[in-house]
Amino acid sequence: MAGAMDLPAKGGFSFDLCRRNAMLAEKGLKMPGFRKTGTTIVGLVFQDGVVLGADTRATEGPIVADKNCEKIHFMAPNIYCCGAGTAADTEAVTDMVSSQLQLHRYATGRESRVVTALTLLKSHLFSYQGHVSAALVLGGVDVTGPHLHTVYPHGSTDTLPFATMGSGSLAAMSVFESKYKEGLTREEGIQLVSDAICAGIFNDLGSGSNVDVCVITKGKTEYLRNHQLPNPRTYVSSKGYSFTKGQTEVLSTKITQLKPKVEVTESDAMEE
Amino acid sequence: MSRRGDWVYENNGGTCVAIAGADYCVVAADTRLSVGYSILTRDHSKICELADKCVLASSGFQGDIKALHKNLSARELLYQHQHNKRMSCPAMAQLLSNTLYYKRFFPYYAFNVLGGLDSEGKGCVFTYDAVGSYERTGFSAQGTGSTLIMPVLDNQLKSPSPLLLPARDAVTPLSESEAVDLVKDVFASATERDIYTGDKLEIVVINKAGTKREYIDLRKD
Repeated sequence: MAGAMDLPAKGGFSFDLCRRNAMLAEKGLKMPGFRKTGTTIVGLVFQDGVVLGADTRATEGPIVADKNCEKIHFMAPNIYCCGAGTAADTEAVTDMVSSQLQLHRYATGRESRVVTALTLLKSHLFSYQGHVSAALVLGGVDVTGPHLHTVYPHGSTDTLPFATMGSGSLAAMSVFESKYKEGLTREEGIQLVSDAICAGIFNDLGSGSNVDVCVITKGKTEYLRNHQLPNPRTYVSSKGYSFTKGQTEVLSTKITQLKPKVEVTESDAMEE
Repeated sequence: MSRRGDWVYENNGGTCVAIAGADYCVVAADTRLSVGYSILTRDHSKICELADKCVLASSGFQGDIKALHKNLSARELLYQHQHNKRMSCPAMAQLLSNTLYYKRFFPYYAFNVLGGLDSEGKGCVFTYDAVGSYERTGFSAQGTGSTLIMPVLDNQLKSPSPLLLPARDAVTPLSESEAVDLVKDVFASATERDIYTGDKLEIVVINKAGTKREYIDLRKD
């Protein structure tokens, strides 16, 4: 066994433990869950650019892990990306491609293009064969014009005028299919995106809390964090809570000193 | 579980709570019915009044719950005809336990909380598992939000530790309005973190004057 452990990890996934995990699962061990974002994410193209939207609930199974998380990720000053699926995967893959785009901007001396981000994302996801569970709505405006794409965990992409992803995608798409038309104004675009996200928030249990919106046009990007807050807490007890000592029953007490007490006596300073 | 072709149950979600007071009992449940990630209705009652001083709240599979409530109501009516009086809450508690255990090998997928006044007029709460194991307690929570609510009730209702001897009475010293306030707050908190709990809260209060019903709005997301 001496030489086997010495090589440093080359990066990427190691599938060494898969057989052990399968054996344990057969014995009845419950595997730890991943935090998925549940999620409703949308994007649409309007007359001056693109509008992206997302809800803000992150779930761990049936429990809400984060009531106000950020699902619209920065890729470049003119490109943003909404992420659904496993939260760690969407965060990691968008951060990684964002860094790659910045290096590319330094190398080329030009503003990033949406198709560049698209190609970097799709080739990364394809090479991981769907194990990186990130479903993305990528949107931005570059020299070639406004662009909107969806990216699936296995690496396929679509180019669309309006798109929805996540567990609330059907609720949101029903709104888009009813009300979308070409050449929307900025206000109409923001309103339609908010309506679609609200449909996801109220009709899908995996989505909830607030609406985040991002408007990208030529030369300007506005990130409207918490554009709508349609879910305030319904009841706050006026009585309040006090957690006094003794409220929780103490059955027994045992105090163990960690270190024996040290006596400090006045003594001369050490000689240099 | 769902890989087998014979899984006949589904969980429609929701949470039920009951708190017993010195001369009242509060039984509350949310009104959301869901399946998977979808909402079926925002306005479905999980509470059934079985007798004038006895109220049952159940969460779980609504198909089984409807059948269970119907079964118990029918038995209570028969009891009325045979004994010329309504069933007391402790009597109904035993009947519910027997009804659940009767289907020990094809259970009712129902998580029940029975609340009401006992024969002396004191509040009582009975809590059950799916096959009929039951216990009289001072308060209980069942359903998808129960793990979020129970620790708060344990802390606030000054429940004596079950390890202490002699065994102490579990009835809470809170007044009726304080108990209702606690129930509202605890449901609002559970709604924040449990996706299956929300929409509306139905609160039923039983005291010697009779039964009172109240509704408050919860988060709808």
